[in-house]
Amino acid sequence: MPKITYIEHTGKEHVIEAPNGQTVMEAAVKHAVPGIDADCGGACACATCHVYVDPEWLAKTGEAGSMEQSMLDFANDVEDNSRLSCQIKVSEALDGLIVRLPKSQH
Amino acid sequence: MRPARRGFKHQTAVSTGEINRIIIVGAGQAGGETAQRLRQAGFAGDITLIGEEPCAPYQRPPLSKAYLAGKLEMDRLLLRPPSVYAEEHISFLPSMKAVWIDRATKKVRVEGGRELPYDALVLATGARPRKLPLVGADLDGVRLFRTAADVDAIRPRFVSGAKLVVIGAGYIGLEVAAVARQSGLETTVIETAVRPLARVTSPEVAGFFLDEHTRQGVRFVLGGQPAIIKGQDRVTGVGLADGGELPADIVIAGIGVTPETTLAQHSGLAIDNGIVTDAECRTSDPHIFAIGDCASRPMAHFDGRVCRLESVHNAVEGAKIVAALITGQKPHAVEAPWFWSDQYDLKLQIAGLFQGYDHVVFRGVMADRSFAAFYYKGDKLIAVDAVNRPGEYLGAKMLIQTGRSLPHDVITDETRPMKELVASAR
Ligand SMILES: Cc1cc2nc3c(=O)[nH]c(=O)nc-3n(C[C@H](O)[C@H](O)[C@H](O)COP(=O)(O)OP(=O)(O)OC[C@H]3O[C@@H](n4cnc5c(N)ncnc54)[C@H](O)[C@@H]3O)c2cc1C
Ligand code: FES
Repeated sequence: MPKITYIEHTGKEHVIEAPNGQTVMEAAVKHAVPGIDADCGGACACATCHVYVDPEWLAKTGEAGSMEQSMLDFANDVEDNSRLSCQIKVSEALDGLIVRLPKSQH
Repeated sequence: MRPARRGFKHQTAVSTGEINRIIIVGAGQAGGETAQRLRQAGFAGDITLIGEEPCAPYQRPPLSKAYLAGKLEMDRLLLRPPSVYAEEHISFLPSMKAVWIDRATKKVRVEGGRELPYDALVLATGARPRKLPLVGADLDGVRLFRTAADVDAIRPRFVSGAKLVVIGAGYIGLEVAAVARQSGLETTVIETAVRPLARVTSPEVAGFFLDEHTRQGVRFVLGGQPAIIKGQDRVTGVGLADGGELPADIVIAGIGVTPETTLAQHSGLAIDNGIVTDAECRTSDPHIFAIGDCASRPMAHFDGRVCRLESVHNAVEGAKIVAALITGQKPHAVEAPWFWSDQYDLKLQIAGLFQGYDHVVFRGVMADRSFAAFYYKGDKLIAVDAVNRPGEYLGAKMLIQTGRSLPHDVITDETRPMKELVASAR
């Protein structure tokens, strides 16, 4: 299973095995990684699953779709590498992915 | 290893002393989130989560969307994997019904007679779907739509070519109709009101969804009165009051819910369209909280108007409020109510409460299947229905949350991006 590293705002790391086909958000929530609220459960309705994708991985995760981008426009502390983690699907190509979490989701 | 026990002082006007034992009744979205958020906030005492359903807490929204379509497995509906409860020392009791609360001795009795003591009790009993008040409602193939078990029972017959009659054109009914059409079922929706979504949106937005479903091949019987469900053992059709009959292999009823308040009522808690609570989810007994679909509370952004909301936002928010209060953390900053509905390729996102609006203005046009309806009461923006317009939805939500507004002619000005407009609002 692909491994994903989530780095909390405090620097604390969580390395999680994420099943293919699930999303980067789901793997975090199922393992109670603090800092990803994901209130809507992945429906692209809450923008509380914001992450920063490690720049090295940007090519592999691809770009935010237009719905996602419009949601990100209103998130806090948005950067060029911001994504909604419920919109990134886990695959073998993402084995080793590193994402950082914002200070707050609200 | 068991975490060391630490008590938390209850930060309320009425001091309830040390809280070491918390019981949560109802293991749905609100109950499950409460258990999780209590642990996340560092609560180390006993947590008992009692749930009548056989499975761990799960999300209901996908039931009428991806789960019905067969695109999502049950384990992905679960809020957390079932093993988490033991790992976090949450005593989770599935298939168990709480039947009595003894407020004097602070105990909950469960079916079978066992009594469990609590220092704080959280009622998260949700809502029950209204039963069809019709002869034949018990026939095989007739189903309410609330639980994973309801969907599992329908699925084998939910196949291309089958005849489906949906009774009730609320969001759940229309989502089911959308999945049905995409799965090739012959679909008819009966609604007693003259338009769909009558309780939940404006005639304009309802008209848009009516047109969309009609275009997708859904037949509507508006102002229709179902009178009888026909069939021997299995349903064969729905008879209407005007004498008409619709053939059916499956009948799905989505005619609303009633808050589950039986326990609260028996124990003498105040009830008024759900269990009455204050803004911090406290019931008329300071040791008992009520959250989610079963409770009504004053809405911060709507002059304290008391509402009973049926939404994920409301369930999660209740859990956040209670967990913060019990563990003495910074109070949760309440959000403007929000909701969504997925039908075909349309994502409807709603923020605020539209009831009582006197004016609606549109940004974008319906023909493009991408527009937002902004609802005003006087000059005040009170709600948005956004179809494939996430920016308009989040922007309006932010305005409502911060008590700001934009004039009608400004908010509809498509030459200026929503983000810029929101930044300019006062
Ligand atoms: C099909 C469907 C689609 C939906 N779609 C959306 C959507 O798109 N967006 C959105 O925001 N919301 C949606 N909702 C609404 C949302 O799912 C609910 O508001 C939310 O589930 C409420 O959570 P709750 O915990 O209060 O209640 P519930 O999830 O109903 O949980 C209550 C639980 O308590 C149990 N219980 C009750 N009494 C007892 C007792 N005495 N002892 C033990 N257990 C008891 C019940 O069995 C139940 O499991 C949808 C709901 C449904 C049914
Ligand atoms: S989980 Fe809600 S937008 Fe990603």
